[in-house]
Amino acid sequence: MAAEESYPDDLRYHREHDWARVDGDTATLGITWYAQDALGEIVHYEAPSEGASVARDESYGEVESVKAVSDLISPLSGEVLEVNPKVLEEPETVNDDPYGDGWLLRVRMSDPAELDDLLDAGAYRALLVEQ
Amino acid sequence: MQTLRRTPLFERHAALGARIVPFAGWEMPVQYEGIAAEHRAVRTGAGVFDVSHMGELRIAGDGARDYLRSRLSNDVDRIGPGEAHYTLLTNESGGIDDDLIVYRRGPEDFLLVVNAANVGPDRASLSETEDVSGDWALLAVQGPEALERLGIEIALFTFREDMDVLGVSCLVAGTGYTGERGCELGCAPEDAVRLWDAIVERGVTPCGLGARDTLRLEVCYPLHGNDITPDRTPIEAGLGWACALDKDFTGVSVLRRQKEEGPAEKLVAFVMEDPGIPRSGMGIEGGGVVTSGTLSPMLDVGIGLGYVPTAGSQPGEGITIDLRGRPRKGRIVTKPFYKREET
Repeated sequence: MAAEESYPDDLRYHREHDWARVDGDTATLGITWYAQDALGEIVHYEAPSEGASVARDESYGEVESVKAVSDLISPLSGEVLEVNPKVLEEPETVNDDPYGDGWLLRVRMSDPAELDDLLDAGAYRALLVEQ
Repeated sequence: MQTLRRTPLFERHAALGARIVPFAGWEMPVQYEGIAAEHRAVRTGAGVFDVSHMGELRIAGDGARDYLRSRLSNDVDRIGPGEAHYTLLTNESGGIDDDLIVYRRGPEDFLLVVNAANVGPDRASLSETEDVSGDWALLAVQGPEALERLGIEIALFTFREDMDVLGVSCLVAGTGYTGERGCELGCAPEDAVRLWDAIVERGVTPCGLGARDTLRLEVCYPLHGNDITPDRTPIEAGLGWACALDKDFTGVSVLRRQKEEGPAEKLVAFVMEDPGIPRSGMGIEGGGVVTSGTLSPMLDVGIGLGYVPTAGSQPGEGITIDLRGRPRKGRIVTKPFYKREET
């Protein structure tokens, strides 16, 4: 079942519709409810390798629906610690639970100061209203 | 800026929460609940599509049969009154300007159902036809349970006019674009909402253009503008069966020669062996191009159609697709990808 629209307060948001959940020097990344809804049923996750570097504002992979492809933009720079194996196997998990089981990547942050440039939930919601 | 047109069912699509997109000059539903669910509904039950954006051209009167024999690739004498067939409108180079279904209503009376994007050019090319698109709404009801839900019977590639379907007078044709049994229903635009509602009340799933595309691709029906174009011939596209090369029609000499010599490239079907989904426009190593691609909802694997050099076009041959910079392996297979179970 598709998830209800929500933008949890404990996350940091990137304007390209990606989120980060910070825990010490690591962050978990995913795409927002808005992004998965715009794409429709996600059927493929093209993920980076563990150990690869990701850079803020740059693509680290792709998610595809039946009809469309979307670049995954990293909100933070760092090193890939883990790719979500559940999403590799069952990409629709992103639609079902975009902030929980549908996370995409876990990274070790190389520059935690980048967090200051991300949006809080209120600012991200305001951005969506503008669009 | 061009204004987008709406079919008589637009309000119904909007009320069902459809995602509406511009398509060939029309605002059309691409999906309601989701492409994969709609796709499976058609493969296992029944689905209904609004295809009222498609065009209808009519030609009737003395000389109609001769005119169509000289302009369309298939021979209208292969069908009699009450029958329909697939045919191509070819150009002087043998390229495919459109693909269409011809319905023969009488010895000299024909209805042509053409692609929405090509109504204008087809009408200009087929100067003796009349555009009667405004007289018709068109619904496709497809799936193993489609005819049963409507309480009608119609044989493949036949049609009947003025048939009562759930209280609406329709042209009922045993045609479709999904590879399933079912029908296409033509009715007066003012009856379209009543017909749609009656069909949906029978438990038939509303389906959008997204599922229409994945369904047709699984059974390797070409899409004009993608897999077949004015620059590609029926011989390259594997549509020689829809060309009566023993009669004269526009471009026939090119096609006869190409059939004799063999085309340089052929349209093939392939499945991905590596992860990833092929998409239209991606390159194929060795000089080919993908013309359609998707994830097959029934097979759960990336599938596609594309042109490759004839030398490497046999089923079983491996190919490499350039998936946005990543080389990914696939294999050419026998068409179609998916075949319904015969009952």
